[in-house]
Amino acid sequence: MSNVELSVKIGSLELKNPVLLASGTVGYGNEIAQYTDLSKLGGIVTKSLSLKPRKGNPPQRIVETPSGMLNAIGLANVGVEVFVKEKIPFLKELNTTLICNIAASSIEEYVECTKILDGEDAIQAFEINVSCPNVKEGGLEFGNDVNAVGRITEKVRAVTKKTLIIKLSPNVSRISDFAKVVKEEGGDAVSAINTLVGTSFNIFTRKPKIKNITGGLSGPAIKPVALAKVLEISRNVDIPIIGIGGIMNWKDAAEFIIAGAAAVQLGTINFINPNAGVEIVEGLKTFCEQTSVNKISELTASYQL
Amino acid sequence: MYIEKSRFESIEHLEHNIHLIKVYSPSIARSAKPGQFCNIKVSDTDFPLLRRPFSICNVEGEHIFFMFDIHGEGTLLLATKKAGDELDILGPLGNGFDSNGDYQTAVIVAGGLGAAPFPFLTKRLPADKNIYSLVGGRSLHQVIKWGLKNIHVSTDDGSEGFKGTIVELFKTKIDELDGKKIRVFGCGPNPMLKALQELSIENNFDCQISVECAMACGFGICQGCPIENADGGGYSLVCKDGPVFDAKKVKL
Ligand SMILES: Cc1cc2nc3c(=O)[nH]c(=O)nc-3n(C[C@H](O)[C@H](O)[C@H](O)COP(=O)(O)OP(=O)(O)OC[C@H]3O[C@@H](n4cnc5c(N)ncnc54)[C@H](O)[C@@H]3O)c2cc1C
Ligand SMILES: Cc1cc2nc3c(=O)[nH]c(=O)nc-3n(C[C@H](O)[C@H](O)[C@H](O)COP(=O)(O)O)c2cc1C
Ligand code: FES
Repeated sequence: MSNVELSVKIGSLELKNPVLLASGTVGYGNEIAQYTDLSKLGGIVTKSLSLKPRKGNPPQRIVETPSGMLNAIGLANVGVEVFVKEKIPFLKELNTTLICNIAASSIEEYVECTKILDGEDAIQAFEINVSCPNVKEGGLEFGNDVNAVGRITEKVRAVTKKTLIIKLSPNVSRISDFAKVVKEEGGDAVSAINTLVGTSFNIFTRKPKIKNITGGLSGPAIKPVALAKVLEISRNVDIPIIGIGGIMNWKDAAEFIIAGAAAVQLGTINFINPNAGVEIVEGLKTFCEQTSVNKISELTASYQL
Repeated sequence: MYIEKSRFESIEHLEHNIHLIKVYSPSIARSAKPGQFCNIKVSDTDFPLLRRPFSICNVEGEHIFFMFDIHGEGTLLLATKKAGDELDILGPLGNGFDSNGDYQTAVIVAGGLGAAPFPFLTKRLPADKNIYSLVGGRSLHQVIKWGLKNIHVSTDDGSEGFKGTIVELFKTKIDELDGKKIRVFGCGPNPMLKALQELSIENNFDCQISVECAMACGFGICQGCPIENADGGGYSLVCKDGPVFDAKKVKL
């Protein structure tokens, strides 16, 4: 038995280890459970939910790019009602922490979704995806507007006592300003980063490779950007950070933790190796043993600048 | 479904640019059904990042065959593998063909590399069914007959068999084939599948088509592979709900 303490705290939420699977890259848990033991992970974050089901964008939705991929899924999801009825029963049995991600097109919709889901005991925390267009106020992303992010945090905070995580967009000039407003409005943690806006063209047809024209870039290509954002938040705001972006193995995970993350999420790697989460937990444990780290939380923000 | 570290056994070059590889992958081989596919990691590094999907071309005991042409970087790497190399394969994936039921003759319609899933179907077809294979290509070098039976060929340039598309060839055979007693199995490029879909709907054929599209995961977690439902009610996922669909149920 190893005596490394892998558990971490995010607000009032206790995770058995710092490795989570990211929203949009695990569906609702059932498919990936065929390939990996989700109970060995810190938790999973379900696909962004909206109040009503969304069918998502027309194809082509994804394309591979150098060391990454672009996606424009269009937040396809079953909606809150079907989620509660059909997905929660399975998720309950997984014996892993369940974090529910919410995406909405108005502040009222964020609040409404949270209220409905707050009654479900199986859900331990909420992660709010602010990288969505604000349909009521001009269609610009909430995630680009510090005031909007502040208001979402405040209004959602008012309707839930569960751990509240705001997932930040990297497509801003100072991400730490956003983390600051989340803290001020009562958010428990931030996750960083969501995907970076990108595009890709077919030079012969001169058409974008994905139908939506632009998509979100993920994978190893974004890791240095993500690390810099995590570090920026860590140096400027006292709030737990969940690091996300291009993590492929335990070394990448350790790098995020050292740069300021209390926990990490894995996205694109799940498509390639659905068992990566379990392997990364093992790798982190060995790393701690070998470097005489007794508690993985001691590693957080242990950078030597 | 398995993530199986498989052993690369051999590579054979069939026609121009067409390769057939054999891998030792016992768990996947034992559970595979015709029409299913595997998602293959063609390198040990992050390049190419994503797995590449390939139809299960045939199964012999604990070995699987895949057939492919060199398309881009991923297939190029796959074609340079040597006997003994390890290949990380995820599968078997998808629904596969439904070959049971009330029909007499399986009509296989294969355009170019669309032939890939049919050797396995040919092998596993219930014993009471006949086979009639329509195989097409741009020219004779693109006509892939490996593992097929009772073959009728079309080429766009007339260099072998019927001059024209495979669906045009099918039209000329309709009288010969009794529409009530056939089930059509199609795979190939989208324009071909579209023509086949139209023909099947017009003639009320029972028709299953295997479609391709860009994929990331291959097992239902990324939502990257939608195909529009014919009833207008949103999308199905090619990797999980397909890749084989009833021709009446999807929009191409
Ligand atoms: C279910 C299924 C079964 C397949 N079976 C076979 C087979 O048996 N033999 C064979 O030769 N090919 C098959 N393909 C196509 C094969 O996956 C591609 O040829 C292969 O991914 C090319 O990889 P590359 O890196 O060489 O090409 P590149 O063109 O460099 O890269 C391919 C990239 O484009 C994406 N892509 C975009 N459009 C498509 C599309 N319509 N189909 C597939 N990928 C696309 C892929 O996801 C991949 O990321 C199948 C595809 C699917 C979905
Ligand atoms: C196909 C795909 C779908 C995604 N869907 C969502 C989503 O619904 N909600 C969300 O907050 N993030 C979504 N993301 C973003 C990821 O959760 C993650 O923030 C991002 O991919 C960066 O991590 P990675 O590089 O490890 O993939 C999605 C990412 C991908 C690749
Ligand atoms: S390829 Fe990921 S859901 Fe189909």
